[in-house]
Amino acid sequence: MKKRLSRLYFYLVLLFLYAPILTLVVLSFNNNKSRAKWGGFSLRWYNELFHNATMMKALWITVSVALIAALISTVIGTVSAIALHKCRPRIRKALLDVTYVPMMNSDIVTGVSLMLLFAFLRIERGFLTLLLSHITFCIPYVILAILPKLYGINMSVYEAALDLGATPFKAYTRILIPEIMPGIISGFLMSITLSIDDFVISFFNTGHGVQNISILVNSSKKVGINPANYALSALMFGAVIIILLIMNFKDSKRSNVQ
Amino acid sequence: MKKKLGKFALIFPFLLWMVLLIVVPLFLIAYYAFTTSDGNVLHFTFDNFKSFIRPNFIKVLIRSLKLSLFATVICLFAGYPVALILSGNAFKKKALLLVLLLAPMWMNFILRTYAWLTILSEKGVLNSLLEAAGFNTRSFLGNEKAVVFGMVYNLLPYMILPIYTSISKIPHSLIEASYDLGSSSYGCFKRVILPLSLPGILSGITLVFVPGVTTFVISDYLGRGKVPLIGNIIEQQFSSGIEWGFGAAISIIVMFVVILCMRIINKFTDEPEVTLL
Repeated sequence: MKKRLSRLYFYLVLLFLYAPILTLVVLSFNNNKSRAKWGGFSLRWYNELFHNATMMKALWITVSVALIAALISTVIGTVSAIALHKCRPRIRKALLDVTYVPMMNSDIVTGVSLMLLFAFLRIERGFLTLLLSHITFCIPYVILAILPKLYGINMSVYEAALDLGATPFKAYTRILIPEIMPGIISGFLMSITLSIDDFVISFFNTGHGVQNISILVNSSKKVGINPANYALSALMFGAVIIILLIMNFKDSKRSNVQ
Repeated sequence: MKKKLGKFALIFPFLLWMVLLIVVPLFLIAYYAFTTSDGNVLHFTFDNFKSFIRPNFIKVLIRSLKLSLFATVICLFAGYPVALILSGNAFKKKALLLVLLLAPMWMNFILRTYAWLTILSEKGVLNSLLEAAGFNTRSFLGNEKAVVFGMVYNLLPYMILPIYTSISKIPHSLIEASYDLGSSSYGCFKRVILPLSLPGILSGITLVFVPGVTTFVISDYLGRGKVPLIGNIIEQQFSSGIEWGFGAAISIIVMFVVILCMRIINKFTDEPEVTLL
């Protein structure tokens, strides 16, 4: 009985979390432009989405910013985590406190502070500033994902590699990096999702017609709702679910093997 | 010498990023907040802070804190059972359910909020369903309840995740021991699970409360601009493009209010811990 109630509650919460998403998916197939009436099944909004140059460009900007920002912040984050790991504990703690400022600060303050930086340096807001701002807020999450892995590994293997004549660089790439790979990967994925999810920091740090999906949807809200947005949402959500299920399936397969 | 140089090369990108993109921008906020320029001369000033001390701005700040507090309390009471159920034995495929629970978080924040607009607006899905069922249509948006609702929806997973992490870290032997020593399941919850999940609760509160206080999108979308929060005031200063100094000053005030609130919350624990991942 108790178990059943627990399950029921859990499913109700899931329903609450998915209600708006499911609504968007249903509306994306609605032949009627009105949100209120069902006009039959149709793919016309998907067709419109793919033929809408502005929306396709926004999708492209979202994906490219997410990938480039995730790549750069993963590289910087990995190198930084290794460097921080080597620091004396007191210095490390002080540096980490500053590192976590963008995580603890609210998005709006981070966004505004970066905007003021770009204004002060007279850098025109556009793709570059959007990318830089995304890299900035992703790096702490990468460091946070990797540092625990570094604490966990046995440094004597690394030292043994050095004793056996490996150069420090080789010892890093052959011993250290593979050991912390799960952390690097989760930092990378975390960065991608944070970048795609972000609106507030992008809002303050883009300009000159460079629009990612968040910015585009936000600005189209004032003009009136375009059902192609529903199609876009449905596609993005489909992609998310597929990626997550693949990751989950891989994980469970790996743990089965073990 | 060479070794030192290598170490420096490793930490250099980190320091560059930290100073240029975190420290300098924070100082710039202070710079814009505390200075005023007439012509080419810069003056130190408190005017930006003074102009915040007006009843309507203070009211907005208090409203932001109040609504975010409501949302945090609701998230805590709605989210804790979810974390508890997920870490218990009600389900077999826990990993999959965790993924399902977090998947909406991975979808774009604007699209999620926009979705509620589609459902709850005057001519939205819910009203058309009500109309079809023979009820009167009503307006759900444009009030404080709608804003709290939006906060709860967007931030609930951020409460569930850290609590779930800290509950699943509790060694099973502790729970068994408490049963062996004769405690009821309620006693075990109260004496073992709840105290040990406190770090998760605290980081959940932080992860919900801070974004709640500072949001300007939820109040803009679901509050229909009728329930402005402090984030809206900041955003307006920068969007209109003239009152940057005032916007920077409010940002500083918000930062300090948030830090103060976090200090108060973290007083309840001996060792503050961020269990985010």
